[in-house]
Amino acid sequence: MRSDEIRNMLLAVAGLGLAALLPLTGNGYYLAIGVTIAMYAALATSWALFSGPTHYISLATGAFFGLGTYVVALGIDHIPYVVLLLIALVAGAVAAGLVGLATLRLSGVYFVIFTLGLAEMVRQVVTWIQNNWSGHRGLYVLTDITEEIIYWELLGVVALVYLVGWWIGRSRLGFALRIIGNDEVVAAHSGINTARSKVLLFMVSGMAASLTGAILAPRWTYIEPTMAFSPLLSFQIVIMALLGGTNRLWGPLVGVIPFTLLWEAISANFPNQTTLLLGVCFLLIVYAIPHGIVGRIEALARALKERGA
Amino acid sequence: MDILVTGLLLGGTYALIAMGLNLQYGVARIMNLANGEMLVAGAFAAFWFFTAGQVSPLLSIFLVAPLTFALNWIIYRYLLLPLVKRAKNRGQLEVDSILATFGLSFVFVGIMMAVFGGDYFTYSYLAEPFVIMGDIYALNRIVAFIMAVTICGLLYLWLGKTRTGMAVRAVSVNPEAAGLVGIDVLKMSAFAFALGGAVTAVGGSLISTFLTMDASIGVIFTMKALIIVIMGGVGEVRGTIVAALILGLAETWVASVIDPGLTLAAAYLMFILVLLFRPQGLFGRQSS
Repeated sequence: MRSDEIRNMLLAVAGLGLAALLPLTGNGYYLAIGVTIAMYAALATSWALFSGPTHYISLATGAFFGLGTYVVALGIDHIPYVVLLLIALVAGAVAAGLVGLATLRLSGVYFVIFTLGLAEMVRQVVTWIQNNWSGHRGLYVLTDITEEIIYWELLGVVALVYLVGWWIGRSRLGFALRIIGNDEVVAAHSGINTARSKVLLFMVSGMAASLTGAILAPRWTYIEPTMAFSPLLSFQIVIMALLGGTNRLWGPLVGVIPFTLLWEAISANFPNQTTLLLGVCFLLIVYAIPHGIVGRIEALARALKERGA
Repeated sequence: MDILVTGLLLGGTYALIAMGLNLQYGVARIMNLANGEMLVAGAFAAFWFFTAGQVSPLLSIFLVAPLTFALNWIIYRYLLLPLVKRAKNRGQLEVDSILATFGLSFVFVGIMMAVFGGDYFTYSYLAEPFVIMGDIYALNRIVAFIMAVTICGLLYLWLGKTRTGMAVRAVSVNPEAAGLVGIDVLKMSAFAFALGGAVTAVGGSLISTFLTMDASIGVIFTMKALIIVIMGGVGEVRGTIVAALILGLAETWVASVIDPGLTLAAAYLMFILVLLFRPQGLFGRQSS
């Protein structure tokens, strides 16, 4: 490791350590917001792991998240919780692998379209299965897992996503993905198996989303298809990651924190206009800050340096 | 037999909607994810004219079409053209336009929610029985089908026989080469985008005569139109029509034999089959 890498690592550990102290404040409201931020941070960062270098917009987060939630909801009475988390990981990987194999061999547009309706499609199928075979729609998840534990678990997932992201950035896979993102034809001609690299990374991002969903299941206690497979979640994740910037590992986090606070304020004050404001945020990002906040800051820093030199 | 006719009737309307999207994506190269919201806007307009002024949807489309044409032209000129100019390559444009139209679709849904509320809306227009070969169908579905087929036919003739239609097809095949032979590519793209939006909105007006809609249903129709366009092949008129009929049949079959809640799953199944076996579309050219 180079010296700046050691410095970043120490900073990250210190940041996580500080964040882990939040439940000690004993304030339930802060903790609830903390859980939301940690959840979005895990989802947005893992989203950016795949979509950042490849520029493929994935709208499947909601589907994988719901998958994880359902794994826990279905198995909580029969299988230990820890095992369920592992099953959720595997389920996320398998689902992402299948979606990836079907769409990622082709151009990016097919992938976007496929993921656009995925959560809705899975919701239809799950509802249908529950209506016809299990007789009731909702599922109960009754555990003694508290909000504090969920929060720490989510921080663990965030740390894991950062570690995996850092490792991928150094590996051959990360190098291959950056080339694919720059020019897919060049990548294919220099002997990179583009489809395999993309599918592998998409699986990583699917696993993280599914695990996050599984961890949040006990928070809800009652789970229904419309809640678990919310299409809105996928869009929020895309906005947050793009707002922060996807070129740096810590970029999405920069978007997650202001967006979560803004979203809290919007849904408290204008509950009927949330969709409209979400759309306006989307347009603002595309037209005003195409490279995210981090991209803006770095461009400013570069300009300052040039002026100084 | 019942399924066959109902499916074909539904497919005819789908063809019109998908044709609108195909003009936008195939010619203007904009993957318009706000397409379904334009459809809902058309449906809302028809609903409003009918309940407020007893104007038949068949007449109000003559007002809906020019209005949505103008609206889509403005969207292309002021929101999407900057992206077209900013983009360094087609991939960049695709990502940008997907995100922008996505935001746009949310804005539209938000506006329609604010104006009309989140309730389902429906009205009773020509809900009379009509007998085909011993089975009874709703007259409004048949009228909508006939209108859709007429408009599709006119579009097909226009694209194939007129000078402007030929220019539009040229841009669709190769924008650079079209520019070289003296076609104003940006003007044609704006025109095709506006026309596509108008066609979709008219499709929405027609579909609202027999389906119950609400403000946030647009994305489902966007999804279906996208699947039809890809199934038929981008820029292919015949392919779009055939694919729309296939999707209409498949959905009707699933809805009546298995469960009405699974229509999107049926559309997905077709999508996966196309992706696995014929990604260039049923009538698509082999390339890129």
